[in-house]
Amino acid sequence: MSRLKTLFKHKNSNILNIYITAGFPALNDTILIVQELEKAGADIVEIGMPFSDPLADGPTIQNSSQKAIENGITLSKIFEQVTEIRKIVQIPLILMGYFNQVLKFGVVQFFSKAREVGIDGLIIPDLPVDVYKNEYASLVDEIDLDLIFMITPQTSNERIRMIDKLSNGFLYLVSSHSTTGAQQVLQPSQIEHFKRVKTMNLANPTLIGFGISNHDTFTTACQYANGAIIGSAFINAIANASDLTATIHQFVLSITR
Amino acid sequence: MKKYKHMHYQINDKGYYGEFGGAYIPEMLHANIEELRTRYLSIIAQEDFQEEYKDLLSNYVGRPTPLSYARRLSAKYKSKIYLKREDLTHTGAHKINNTVGQILIAKRMGKTRIIAETGAGQHGVAAATVCALMGMKCIVYMGEVDIKRQSPNVTRMKMLGAEVRVVKSGSRTLKDATNEAIRDWINHPVDTYYIIGSVVGPHPYPDMVARFQSVISDEIQKQLKKTEGREFPDKIIACVGGGSNAAGAFYHFLDNKEVELIAVEGEGLGISSGKTAATIRTGEEGVFQGSKTLLMQDQDGQIVEPYSISAGLDYPGVGPFHAHLFKSGRGTYLVATDKEALAAAFELTKLEGIIPALESAHALAALKKIVLLPDDIVVVNLSGRGDKDLEIYSKNGNYE
Ligand SMILES: Cc1ncc(COP(=O)(O)O)c(C=O)c1O
Repeated sequence: MSRLKTLFKHKNSNILNIYITAGFPALNDTILIVQELEKAGADIVEIGMPFSDPLADGPTIQNSSQKAIENGITLSKIFEQVTEIRKIVQIPLILMGYFNQVLKFGVVQFFSKAREVGIDGLIIPDLPVDVYKNEYASLVDEIDLDLIFMITPQTSNERIRMIDKLSNGFLYLVSSHSTTGAQQVLQPSQIEHFKRVKTMNLANPTLIGFGISNHDTFTTACQYANGAIIGSAFINAIANASDLTATIHQFVLSITR
Repeated sequence: MKKYKHMHYQINDKGYYGEFGGAYIPEMLHANIEELRTRYLSIIAQEDFQEEYKDLLSNYVGRPTPLSYARRLSAKYKSKIYLKREDLTHTGAHKINNTVGQILIAKRMGKTRIIAETGAGQHGVAAATVCALMGMKCIVYMGEVDIKRQSPNVTRMKMLGAEVRVVKSGSRTLKDATNEAIRDWINHPVDTYYIIGSVVGPHPYPDMVARFQSVISDEIQKQLKKTEGREFPDKIIACVGGGSNAAGAFYHFLDNKEVELIAVEGEGLGISSGKTAATIRTGEEGVFQGSKTLLMQDQDGQIVEPYSISAGLDYPGVGPFHAHLFKSGRGTYLVATDKEALAAAFELTKLEGIIPALESAHALAALKKIVLLPDDIVVVNLSGRGDKDLEIYSKNGNYE
């Protein structure tokens, strides 16, 4: 059974998934950050592959991506780092990145390499579920990776059902019409959207992401889904941290307290 | 009259030109793109749309634009050279053909807020213009570098009532302005319509923009019929940024193999210098800003920042239409450096009394790079006028 399936089998609420940008704030911080996140109690870590033109990301992740690229992060470096991380970390690890890098690396090669270094799932925001199904799924069927797709307030119920069918691991429930970015409170319309999805009783677990930033938004999200994903708020917290380890523990504690 | 069927070079029913195109978009844009994809053809086909579109093209844009025989240029290059005068449209570039069409689509889709990206500022001006005409709110994203080098167009956009948002990410040029416009759309999916300025982006944009620009080749056919007694030239030359003026100029000739389709990219300081915007020459297959196409990227799939003196050509991607014409061998893709384009601009100005846009000057520069026969009928698509580039021309000119 995949690490994600095992996780959700043993824990189906208050799942905390933290997004980090590989190679940020410093090139080799990735390893320490994931290790400390696990110790602090994160259930999943989503490792962002920095891309020069991250269309679905707001300013925080745009900036961390740019900094990481300047730091010298590359796909091969990320695979090296994940290899090291897997020697010491047990929780599920997900790679998130833009499709051009996957295509350039070679789709089959990328999937195989990710699996080989111990990655459990992939999120590729600009690879639509239908395109994946029609053009790439058959090539990578054999490779045991969970493909995680997004659903948004605009996604129709019918399409949500279709995406649910094609997804593994969990569904990424995008909280609002927006690019990534920290948000202080969740609006009533967002809650309506969460409720709608919750009442659909989907086959996959759901995690709510985009705009989840603190204890309140995390707790609210967890009422409607199996857990939530925090990205920009974590990136902001560690961007200028003088003591990375302490900052990570404080951050996770501030969310889960 | 011989009719050519568009069989191999047009978009297929899956939204691809050969292996290029498609809609590689985040789920956040799915509903918007799907709405556009399912509706654009039927909206365009509506009688009231056609009436309004044609009326605006003739009575507002000023179409048909002339096909001018360039007497002195022809004498110099020993060939029959015509200029398709998109510079004479209202706002001074072909970009308005597209914005007039898309604003009518936006209206029929009930959208109230328009966003656009711009490089040279010509598309931004064209978008701001139709928004003023229709009384709609307009926001234009423009890179900081382009705001400096195309400042007259910034003033025009503001006077037209548009809000110009300065983009400071990446190379601060067209690609970054496009990223920001797409992000804006993700954040405003309900009331906002994104008027893309070229044959780029996810399907159906490349096809929709090419259709609106195809008025260029439609008119060339009719005009050549009158002057030359035949509907097609031997060669047609156009510059390529994203590729919309070239797509429009080639459109009705795609399946007529007697017509040589020549596209010219901005070579910048030269391909070997690394400071270039020659996407087709130096690019590789990838996915960028919504479509699979050729693009300038490094070994790790990161987008390489382009360079060209011409803001409208300074873009690391190219429309999938052109990636396919290139790959299939149907189109000839040339490059012209900053210097060659400047020389061509000064030459046209002296010989014909026309100051071209820097973008269009790249197409003119190709006259020195191709074999021209005395009987050849050559059409150069003069995509825009050079008012916006006067500062660059005055810095680079030698007025003896
Ligand atoms: C006058 C002119 N020509 C050409 C272009 C390049 O765009 P495209 O390749 O889409 O025609 C621009 C873009 O700004 C322009 O202003």
